[in-house]
Amino acid sequence: MTAELGHFATLLAFLVSIIQVTVPLIGAQRNNSGWMAASVPMAIMQFALIAFAFAMLTVAFVTSDFSVLLVANNSHSLKPMLYKVSGVWGNHEGSMLLWILILSFYGALVAWFGQNLPDRLKARVLSVQAMIAVAFLAFMIFTSNPFERLEFPPVDGNDLNPLLQDPGLAFHPPFLYLGYVGLSMSFSFAIAALIEGRVDAAWARWVRPWTLLAWINLTIGIALGSWWAYYELGWGGWWFWDPVENASFMPWLIAGALLHSAIVVEKRDTLKSWTILLAIMAFSFSLIGTFIVRSGVITSVHAFANDPERGVFILGILSVAIGGALTLYALRAREMRSSSVFNIVSRESGLVLNNLLLVVATAVVFCGTIWPLVAEITTGRKLSIGAPFFDLVFTPFLVAIAMALPIGALLPWKRANIRRSMRPLWGVLALSIALGALVWSMQTGGRILAPIGITLAVWLVLGALADLGLRVKFGKTGASETLRRLRNLPRSDWGKSIAHAGLGMTIFGVACVTAWEVEDIRIATIGERFTVGGYEFQFNAVTKQNGKNYTVDVGDFTAFKQGEKIAELRPEKRFYPVQRMPTTEAAIDQGITRDLYLVLGDKQENGWAVRTYIKPFVNWIWIGSIVMALGGLFSLTDRRYRVGASVRTPNAVPAE
Amino acid sequence: MPRILLIFILLTTPVFAVEPDEILADAGLEVRAREISKELRCLVCRNENIDSSNAGIAKDLRVLVRERLVAGDSNEQIVDYVVDRYGEFVLLKPRMSLKNLIPWFAGPILFLLGLFFSIKFITKPRQKEAVALTKDEEQRLSDLLGD
Repeated sequence: MTAELGHFATLLAFLVSIIQVTVPLIGAQRNNSGWMAASVPMAIMQFALIAFAFAMLTVAFVTSDFSVLLVANNSHSLKPMLYKVSGVWGNHEGSMLLWILILSFYGALVAWFGQNLPDRLKARVLSVQAMIAVAFLAFMIFTSNPFERLEFPPVDGNDLNPLLQDPGLAFHPPFLYLGYVGLSMSFSFAIAALIEGRVDAAWARWVRPWTLLAWINLTIGIALGSWWAYYELGWGGWWFWDPVENASFMPWLIAGALLHSAIVVEKRDTLKSWTILLAIMAFSFSLIGTFIVRSGVITSVHAFANDPERGVFILGILSVAIGGALTLYALRAREMRSSSVFNIVSRESGLVLNNLLLVVATAVVFCGTIWPLVAEITTGRKLSIGAPFFDLVFTPFLVAIAMALPIGALLPWKRANIRRSMRPLWGVLALSIALGALVWSMQTGGRILAPIGITLAVWLVLGALADLGLRVKFGKTGASETLRRLRNLPRSDWGKSIAHAGLGMTIFGVACVTAWEVEDIRIATIGERFTVGGYEFQFNAVTKQNGKNYTVDVGDFTAFKQGEKIAELRPEKRFYPVQRMPTTEAAIDQGITRDLYLVLGDKQENGWAVRTYIKPFVNWIWIGSIVMALGGLFSLTDRRYRVGASVRTPNAVPAE
Repeated sequence: MPRILLIFILLTTPVFAVEPDEILADAGLEVRAREISKELRCLVCRNENIDSSNAGIAKDLRVLVRERLVAGDSNEQIVDYVVDRYGEFVLLKPRMSLKNLIPWFAGPILFLLGLFFSIKFITKPRQKEAVALTKDEEQRLSDLLGD
């Protein structure tokens, strides 16, 4: 019965969404406040219905109801409870329902917390949001129904792919979707503004928190995915430039650009039509990502739900959404005239450069991702584009962003004097270069990568500190005055410095692990002691054990540093009988300066294959990402975004 | 074709990326082998290089690369050798040629274009500024200022 209830709820939600598209939109056009107000209860009802449907599907998974096709295909009665629940979205249909749940959740958030939005704008935003819901509900109902029943239920299920039986699955997709789908809010605000033909500081102030929220979640989602790949795939890679990773990375980059340009609209009332275009592009890349993941036209390691028919459906949604949005943009963008002027050296110009670099970096990733497909369709050539290509073409833009960032962040609005703005930064610059040079002279291998990365990282982190220091007049006034200023500093200023420093930390981790990783592959016999990169490893034993739904060989190693025992490592080699699939679980001893990463391979004639890695500073990659997200969170809680805050004069520029 | 690939994948018993017995005694050659392997694609996998792939054909390619290295080939010769047999599909970094102009040069070209239009936008005089004072206004202004 639960599946039927769930199915029925999605159908109802589909109908509610159609009403939510039409009634408020017509109301806004005819200035009928009753019709406009209908958007609020509709958005809440739509969310409630989808949430109910989602709960029903979860019940089917938790109770192992194998008469539901999806459960039979993707679950198993012996599977641990956590994976029964996260298994709901560990497949195409269920993850589509999660996608729509989050979409309607954002709509409901606007309905609940959007009291300060003008009625007309709110009605239009919720109407556009419902258009997206209609499209994806139709997609789910007609091509990917998660509630389909089986006439003859099997005795037990097919189980979930063992690689997905990991806590990573519980957290990675929800955060990622909160990010992806959150960009639909920026999109809806952009379309509503285009229909209205007006963009002002107040609009930017409404759209920025939604973009921030999406960006924060996307940052966490991508970082979690990267960390999951790092510990699960068994060789410690943390980024593969896989098409599906790129699909999440592109919206992240564009959302980053949008965050920055929205500040310019808010504070300086310029770059309006550009910001609208970015909002459209950000969600368009989310849709393109959805297409890439679910159509199977581009080969990727994330092999899930590759069905050409579904691909065509999403392509249809994609063309209508992007085509429609861009047409509207072409018609209306001219009306978004900007009044204010700024000098070529100014905060505004700095942010334009930021936008330019981020957008071009996105374009580079996009071209590399789709080029194999385009080449095959147009000329029949089969070719591949992978990590070595992206490393080469993407890195220059990242380096340029890192170089320009601390300077741009310090420039005043309107008109800046580069010499005056650079004054507090010369020391930082000298220190970063000196540190980079020191690293270069100390390291033995000839890789230039680490010194450059470390120089940039120090430059970013200290630059962010210098920015904070300048804001609180550090050293220019008494300690108590500095403290008072520090306390009164707007949260968005804190957020800015924290997020920029986070980027520096991530670059630091990437540079160190790429340049200095040590790898060792060998056949080790039990009782053997071997040395890798200054650490000694003692191979004690391998024991056979039974997990809940797998059998496992557990290796037992002890790691020593200068004769002292520092860690016990227990890598696993699992075998999942239902899916007939082996997996490796690396043993990782995490540390702030390095990870010891050990993988147990196959049994050989004279021992076991063992892979050992020393990964210096690898955790800084994810620490930096979390710090970036934290910076976003600080910015999000700035008082000017809080409910009712927009009542204040929209053009108030804080004194510099 | 997909069916053939599927059978291929099922037949290859999962092994362990680079296996200990593959590794060359000469550390210099092994480093080069790893470099080359990271740029070659495992043909039956989804976007994985042969260095980290577990598939049987990836192992065959790894062994082939090492055989050529031991025979004294240069990195380019080995890559050419593999491309001759398996086509350019095997390269994870496509050759910088006229045919692959777009992925290679999209970045620099777009950046320069964007830079040009940004500077044009920033330096373009706005309407607000372009409005100069009329003769009367100038007269009144100087009167007010008491010249």
